[in-house]
Amino acid sequence: MLKTLAFAAALSLSVAGAALAQAPNDAQIAHIAYTAGNIDIAAGKQAIAKSHDKAVLDFANEMVRDHTAVNDKALALVKKLGVTPQDNPTSQSLSKAAAAKLKELSALNGKAFDKAYVANEVAYHKTVNGALANTLIPNAKNAELKSLLQTGLTLFKEHQMHAEHLAATLK
Amino acid sequence: MTSSTRPFCNRVAVAILAGAALATAPAAAPLAKPHAAAAGKPALYVITLDNMKFGPAPAHVKVGDTIEWDNNDIFLHSATARDTSFNVELKPKARMRMTFIRPGVFPFYCRYHPGMTGTLVVSK
Repeated sequence: MLKTLAFAAALSLSVAGAALAQAPNDAQIAHIAYTAGNIDIAAGKQAIAKSHDKAVLDFANEMVRDHTAVNDKALALVKKLGVTPQDNPTSQSLSKAAAAKLKELSALNGKAFDKAYVANEVAYHKTVNGALANTLIPNAKNAELKSLLQTGLTLFKEHQMHAEHLAATLK
Repeated sequence: MTSSTRPFCNRVAVAILAGAALATAPAAAPLAKPHAAAAGKPALYVITLDNMKFGPAPAHVKVGDTIEWDNNDIFLHSATARDTSFNVELKPKARMRMTFIRPGVFPFYCRYHPGMTGTLVVSK
């Protein structure tokens, strides 16, 4: 749990840090949002490979399906806008923390894995939603990018609620 | 699967409707409204799913009327009755129709996104 919170904090601090140092531009925002989506897709695929709990599998499939849809839309948008997503310290920090989390979860099995995966999904969505609402959406300049981020926030709030409900059933 | 997570997600025989998939088509009316509400004739209502929400349910649905579910989102959704009377899978940008053959109050939700909810009231 501490590691879960630490991972969530990494996103929170890195996004906040980026905001404090310099507001992210649209190319960086697109990269951060896409990276955040890819992280949850990877986590979902790991859960699909490891879990035997139908509710967890349903949730993981939902994460892969929904985040893939958002990322596909994001790719199409940046192509249309002629924007090249720009790597940045926030994206790098996210990826590094996610790799550590995947490795940590890979050592778990059965109920222990299910609980750790879902607990991380709760924390991760909560933190991503905070970053979207407080940093990424307010700083997005392009209207279509801002709209996609807002759609993402609506979706991810639903994911957070779903994960919280699922976590409660796994106790 | 746990009942508290997915309370009514069974695929069931559609007891109160007759559904047919429509080809992917441009978004229809943004709100539920009758398209053929001439006196005595069954009406067609459209409920659009957009931005992770069901549009408003029509107020005066009667047995024989048709509901068209129009998924304007980029996400897979469903319109699933809490009592399992119907379960309509709605692929991104797809439309599906169903016709009520009995009255009742039908709370429904999206089984993929349980926070999406609505209620249809169907009279004789």
